[in-house]
Amino acid sequence: MSAHDPNLPAQAEQEPIADPGLEPHQWRPTDVDPKAEKRAERQVAALFGLSALSAIGFVVAYFAIDGGTENPTRFGYLGAQNIALGVLLGLALLLIGIGIIQWARKLMGDQEIVEMRHPAASSEEDREATLAALAQGLEESGIGRRPLVRNSLLGAVGMLALPSVVLLRDLGKIDIPALARTIWAPGMRLVRDVVGTPIKASDLEVGDLVNGLPEALFPTPENGYPAEEAHGSKLQVNKSKTAIVIVRMEPDEIIPGPGREDWSVDGILCYSKICTHVGCPISLYERTTHHLLCPCHQSTFDLGDSARVVFGPAARPLPQLPLDVDEEGYLIARSDFTEPVGPSYWERG
Amino acid sequence: MSSDTSKVASSNGKTAATPSKPSKGGIVANWADERLGLAGMMKKNLRKVFPDHWSFMLGEIALWSFVVLLISGVFLTLWFKPTMAEIVYNGSYDQFRGMYVTEAFASSLDISFDIRGGLLMRQMHHWAAMLFIASMMIHLLRVYFTGAFRKPRELNWVIGCLLLILGTLEGFTGYSLPDDLLSGTGVRAADGFIKAIPVVGSYLSFLIFGGEFPGDDIITRFYIAHVLLLPGLLLALIAAHMLLLVYHKHTQWAGPGRTEGNVVGFPMLPVYAAKAGGFFFIVFGVSALMGGLMTINPVWKMGPYDPTKVTAGSQPDWYMGWPDGALRIMPGWESEFWGHTIPWNVFLPIIVLPGLMFTILLLLPFLEAWITGDKREHHLLDRPRNAPTRTALMVSLMTFYGLMWAAGGNDIIAIKLHLSINQITYAMRVLVFVGPAIAFFITRRWCISLQRHDNDVLLHGYETGIIMRSPEGAYAEKHLPIGEDEAYALTARDREPDLETIETEGDPSDDGRAAKLRRKLRALWYADNVQKPTVTELEASHHHDEAEHELAGALDGHAVDGHQFDGMHPVDDEPLRDKH
Amino acid sequence: MRLLNRSAGRLSRHRRGKVAGLVLLLLGLVLSGSLYAALSPATAENTDTTAAEVEKGRELFLVGCAFCHGENGEGVSTLNGNQIGPSLVGVGAAAVDFQVGTGRMPMSQPGAQAPRKDVVYNQEEIDQLAAFVASLGPGPAIPTEADYSTADLTEEEREAAIVRGGQIFLTNCTACHNFDGSGGAMPRGGYAPTIRGVDAKHIYEAMLTGPQQMPNFANGNITPEMKRDVIAYLEATEEQPSYGGFGLGALGPVSEGMFAWLLGIGSLVGFAIWIAAHTTRSKKEKVEA
Repeated sequence: MSAHDPNLPAQAEQEPIADPGLEPHQWRPTDVDPKAEKRAERQVAALFGLSALSAIGFVVAYFAIDGGTENPTRFGYLGAQNIALGVLLGLALLLIGIGIIQWARKLMGDQEIVEMRHPAASSEEDREATLAALAQGLEESGIGRRPLVRNSLLGAVGMLALPSVVLLRDLGKIDIPALARTIWAPGMRLVRDVVGTPIKASDLEVGDLVNGLPEALFPTPENGYPAEEAHGSKLQVNKSKTAIVIVRMEPDEIIPGPGREDWSVDGILCYSKICTHVGCPISLYERTTHHLLCPCHQSTFDLGDSARVVFGPAARPLPQLPLDVDEEGYLIARSDFTEPVGPSYWERG
Repeated sequence: MSSDTSKVASSNGKTAATPSKPSKGGIVANWADERLGLAGMMKKNLRKVFPDHWSFMLGEIALWSFVVLLISGVFLTLWFKPTMAEIVYNGSYDQFRGMYVTEAFASSLDISFDIRGGLLMRQMHHWAAMLFIASMMIHLLRVYFTGAFRKPRELNWVIGCLLLILGTLEGFTGYSLPDDLLSGTGVRAADGFIKAIPVVGSYLSFLIFGGEFPGDDIITRFYIAHVLLLPGLLLALIAAHMLLLVYHKHTQWAGPGRTEGNVVGFPMLPVYAAKAGGFFFIVFGVSALMGGLMTINPVWKMGPYDPTKVTAGSQPDWYMGWPDGALRIMPGWESEFWGHTIPWNVFLPIIVLPGLMFTILLLLPFLEAWITGDKREHHLLDRPRNAPTRTALMVSLMTFYGLMWAAGGNDIIAIKLHLSINQITYAMRVLVFVGPAIAFFITRRWCISLQRHDNDVLLHGYETGIIMRSPEGAYAEKHLPIGEDEAYALTARDREPDLETIETEGDPSDDGRAAKLRRKLRALWYADNVQKPTVTELEASHHHDEAEHELAGALDGHAVDGHQFDGMHPVDDEPLRDKH
Repeated sequence: MRLLNRSAGRLSRHRRGKVAGLVLLLLGLVLSGSLYAALSPATAENTDTTAAEVEKGRELFLVGCAFCHGENGEGVSTLNGNQIGPSLVGVGAAAVDFQVGTGRMPMSQPGAQAPRKDVVYNQEEIDQLAAFVASLGPGPAIPTEADYSTADLTEEEREAAIVRGGQIFLTNCTACHNFDGSGGAMPRGGYAPTIRGVDAKHIYEAMLTGPQQMPNFANGNITPEMKRDVIAYLEATEEQPSYGGFGLGALGPVSEGMFAWLLGIGSLVGFAIWIAAHTTRSKKEKVEA
């Protein structure tokens, strides 16, 4: 190997078998047989013709086949419009492609030709000339001789990074403590998600699972909660922190956490629905094992045991919402969650 | 070098291509050249040679599906409204009418149901995105396995890797746009990933989402990244990738007349242009057929994103599947100290691991060059078996990727194969470490035995399947020599350095740790490789085989000794039986 | 008269042919009539039939169910406390109608989860078994069609019910059963079965009784109207065509990715091989013109 210039292309040494050289060109049937040639020509033209027909068919289907949801035409259980448009457009394109390739394979000249390669590097003269030009340019600029100018320029350009970074500061209002609090408040009723009806403790049977939200997200004149928390992105932010699952199990199956002895009501327990792993809402509940599974990454929590992690990548139990009942028998929160809901973050502590 | 064009199929006209008076095309060309001076550049490139092999067209799938993405994407932008503003849905899909949804979701439904062909374009766009990234990956594998990344093409490898990661980001921002349940769940998880970054994570989350998750801005921001920033970068890098391809000229397989110094194939005009152009229509057509026949991301069934809802089978698109798998099999580790939390269970699999894997991928060419010390240019491709360690390394990485990928679909695997997700997860935790090691070992030995087989074929010929019996009763299989062209192709590869020379090579006084490590790795890289036979070995084997030839001599003179029908010889004029 | 409203509805207008509507109408009338006759406990004769039904049900129970559930449905446990069959006291007729009516019971072999299979008993026998189990303790009754039919709603109410039902479905059901009701995986080899092609009655009963590991969505949790809405949503989506083409199992991105690789990349690589393949060659030399 050392015999070669290391920058030259790999050179085969004494080959055990000498290079026999390019195979002689062989003609195709279409090159030597006029009949075959004519046949191939017709074949290619037919493919292009069929493609044009498909394109026309596409236009016909566009106007003739009913789509939408009102009264869609069907092929069996499938919606006809998308299929017809897709298949006809697909055929129109595919047939052009196949036709061109067939043309290239059968009729275009197919003699292989040889082109010589050159090393990727430029020639020695070019390099020297470039280096000389570069050196001259640098010399004339005096960038090497005038360090004061050079360094102050570098400093000024570097300083430009600051405005560009600072400009991005208003991408978002930063309120990290907000991650640790929700709109759950003492006395706020638990309501059913979607319909917003409050839940009586006596409504629930053992084995029930209720997907719930705070009543504040269903403001009415009667309950007096402000409407602005329940619309647009405010609503989404609130939902992403306050969603809960409420389950009822036999009271003797609950292993209450320390200090959580009175957080349940007659075997009714309430936990955050937001996974502590990366924040998917979880409600895949097994009533006999009391396990709650996250469909995103399969973290499994034991709701009978303070939502302890029994499997999967989550590191922390789901936050528990302390429960009580009001004088009308409806489930209410004793307080906000006692720890931040959802995925972990640096400042969580 | 110039080809004999007189023998081209002539059905398109019998007159010469240069007419006596300038044609209309000629006038246009003249007009353009007087202003642009194109002829100087075109004269070289119009007949530029591209070698023909199916595996050289995999990158083309990526290029053409990118074009399909641009076309279908422009169509979608005409109707899509990239805003999270809340409106009441009043479109034609009954099941959501009257609900508060974002404009992004409502316009996705409108494109699907109220714009004819809109659903087709949406589905084509999504399928083409999947094909785009899939074809980049198989193209990457082809380049790696054949050694096409070696000097002078390392930078094009780097550009290709950047294209892969940008394509992945482009895909992620794209599937987050419709604001349906799956895309929102993906963004929700992405927020968890960002928050897992130590020190700056929470700040980044607030800045990216324009406030607390999900905020008002993420779809608008993803949109501009998806339709302007990322495609712009992709286009620029694709242009650079293609320019370098043209400058370096394409690699080729070793074979008769194909050397390190030339490139043999079809000229750009007409054959290669036709094949590439035809392939564009085929890729476009396949995308259209997929978009027409196969449902992808039915947003109308997912419903609008709602942080309280989720669906079973919440997965990202396939190219994000492997880090999702890493997330799934990661044990729940988290540290808390001095009032701070580091969620290793998220940070390691989704931030560190993909970064690490991408760095490894990026460095592969430089790593190999450093180990082998090979500074030569290479234009002839290696067969994967002739670089056993390289091949085994990539198969090992592929195994890692594949196992992570499978872990990302553990719930679907569980219901389809009646397994338990818990057992799959436990198994994967072990397999992602053991599997790649086993795959490395098996692949390496497999390559080496294939090399041995090549040498057997060279030295003793191929097996005809004809068993001969000698008068003494001994049996032997008849071997016949392979053709000269084939034999040349098998031997046209580098002879590898001897292990002894590796031990002593370089500056033996250089006892630095790096130098020692490099010598050790170099020895391992080439260990057990099988050299191609030398001239003397070839001659000796032909001599040795004479005994067998004697045995076969009895067959001489017969019209057929059987080998003509082995599929490797033309048999048109051979009678099946001797005519007596 | 109210049933006729169905065919005037915006959603249902294109749902079935005219004859189908008529058949459905008749069927509904006959079914609700017979169900009324079967379930109404008011008169003395009916008490007799019920008592006779319970007795017949008990006989069937002793043969088919008692081995696991005990002679009086009290459940059977092994010595180490594992349950062979749970107690059926208070599970109600609805649970029996669901478990036996979908073929889950009797189980062909003991296991963590009873799969859906061919139904063993006919509807009359199922009703007798249900009557017997209902007699063991109070529990939810078998719902009637009136419980899950949206026929008595006006057009606007029906549309609102479908929209609401969709949201209730996506909130309470898709987490396990997937966005299209295709089912999903649960811990330790369990699974949520597909709910496509399941009778409305059985879906209602499943929500009501929470079979096996499924949580209850009893009437205090999800009201009967909400259950009806969910069924209305499922029927509405089931009646619409598959707009985008074949559904690929409706399993989400995993199956989509598989099809992208197998069909998409597979066919494109196939085309690449064809494009680069050498065409047939002739032995003949070209005759110079």
